[in-house]
Amino acid sequence: MTGIAELEAPLADPHLSDEALRPAFFEWLCRMGDSTLILGHRTSEWCGHGPALEEDIALANTALDLIGHTQFWLGLAAEVEGKGRSADQLAYLRDAWHFRNLLLVELPKGDMGQTLVREFLFDAWHHLQLDWLAANSSSPRVREIAAKALKEVSYHLERVCDLVIRLGDGTEESHRRLQDALDRLWPYTGEMFTGDAVDATVAGAGIAPDPASLRPAWDALVDEVLEAATLTRPQTRPDAQKGGRQGRHTEHLGFILAEMQFLQRAYPGATW
Amino acid sequence: MYAQMIKSEGTKREDMSPQELAFQARIDRGEKIEPKEWMPEGYRKTLIRQIGQHAHSEIVGQLPEGNWITRAPTLERKAILLAKVQDEAGHGLYLYSAAETLGVSRDELFEKLHSGAMKYSSIFNYPTLTWADMGAVGWLVDGAAIMNQVPLQRTSYGPYSRAMIRICKEESFHQRQGYSIMMTMAKGTPAQKDMAQDALNRFWYPALMMFGPSDKDSVHSEQSMAWKIKMNTNDELRQKFVNETVPQAEYLGLSVPDETLAWNEEKQGYDFAEPDWSEFFEVIKGNGPCNRERLEARVTAWDEGAWFREGLSAHAEKAAAARMAAE
Repeated sequence: MTGIAELEAPLADPHLSDEALRPAFFEWLCRMGDSTLILGHRTSEWCGHGPALEEDIALANTALDLIGHTQFWLGLAAEVEGKGRSADQLAYLRDAWHFRNLLLVELPKGDMGQTLVREFLFDAWHHLQLDWLAANSSSPRVREIAAKALKEVSYHLERVCDLVIRLGDGTEESHRRLQDALDRLWPYTGEMFTGDAVDATVAGAGIAPDPASLRPAWDALVDEVLEAATLTRPQTRPDAQKGGRQGRHTEHLGFILAEMQFLQRAYPGATW
Repeated sequence: MYAQMIKSEGTKREDMSPQELAFQARIDRGEKIEPKEWMPEGYRKTLIRQIGQHAHSEIVGQLPEGNWITRAPTLERKAILLAKVQDEAGHGLYLYSAAETLGVSRDELFEKLHSGAMKYSSIFNYPTLTWADMGAVGWLVDGAAIMNQVPLQRTSYGPYSRAMIRICKEESFHQRQGYSIMMTMAKGTPAQKDMAQDALNRFWYPALMMFGPSDKDSVHSEQSMAWKIKMNTNDELRQKFVNETVPQAEYLGLSVPDETLAWNEEKQGYDFAEPDWSEFFEVIKGNGPCNRERLEARVTAWDEGAWFREGLSAHAEKAAAARMAAE
């Protein structure tokens, strides 16, 4: 559990003063932080409504971890941007077209099947991404955040793989619900591996991997879990729905922000 | 206090069997009663009611605060509120486990909650209408709960006592986070201060009701106190709560909504107005502002989660069968 920990004295990081890199680095950090923020929001919607007490606890814990990661990523984004904004201002005072999260994470939580399959598809990517960043990123600040987040996300992934296997190979109904969720969410998975100019710039600087490079390991893990779960990998295009990382969202994000940002918008400048 | 009006079933001392007398003597000596030891049926049943009601209160208590998680005004407040609601689910888990040692399953207790046969604390039938309510709930509701739970750490039933020790550590953090929200708002903009005052106005009397009716109307207190599953009377705890809370409100610059409130030098405590007990009994009967929504939310979560629980059980059976076949 991240809680509300803050990083200690910041590590020296030459990337933070690299003017040419700044816009792309800022964009990329928002992509990381916005995805954890919006998935944290969706996960927190389960609070008190889970199918078992243990799930209520686990879902709240996952949401808490993701909000903790958001504080780190958006905090660093604000520093890199250098315009005096804070993590909270980025989270609470940007409108939808300035959000850079994956479309996958903003879709409604649906039933537990959709929530778990979404988390599985995301965590499988998130874990690979953090693992690469913690070991290889040329940015010490990114490495530090990734290393902290990786511990928690390793647990999220382990837990969600276990649940997907057990429910996929559970009753006829649990199998059907998971397969339906997989079919529904599959067209949103390709976005995690589709790079653009921002990705090329940060990959070129050694900060982050080329998104496409994570695909084979993701495919291998997903195939392994789906097989154990007796679920069928969809044959539809995985990249039919994309654009969130460039600010083109589904209709759902505006409603998430209307709810999430309500107090900051209704009482501008207040301290909470 | 998360347990209100618990019906207590005991035997008068003069009618006690030698076994019951010996049991009472152990309690009088301050010994802890452990799950496998003999206990009077009335003690067991009363404890199940009390621990069960407390557990249900933790679970239903997630809802009024969960109502504001997605609208928390900063990332830090969101994280703290999530941690708090997660703790409450954890408290529910400890308490259901303590109840299980008395021979009742969690599913049986859920059934009784869902059918209305068992209650949860009246306080959770009040709505949380503004962000200041997250402050008021932490400060007043958790504050009132602590008043009752701290002495229950010394209760006679071992598993209950141990659950209370763990719970109390977390509850004091909850109360502090509530007070911190109130403090920020009371020192904030005029609109924030108004919001904080409004939250205090709405939660003051419902918080006083959490201790249950006055001792003179509380028919079950005596037996429960003899068994040390109730450590103080309702009026003692309510007085202690008022004595501690009034100076905190003054420090915030907020007014307790009671014109009769006055320091009484002689009793070294405040004189204060009783809550409207007819309102309390209406809430207990199901006519509070949120009774229907709260119970429906729990029943819906349970019913819609049936396929999930059945799926996990079915997988566990398949896995066990596969292990058997392999051996």
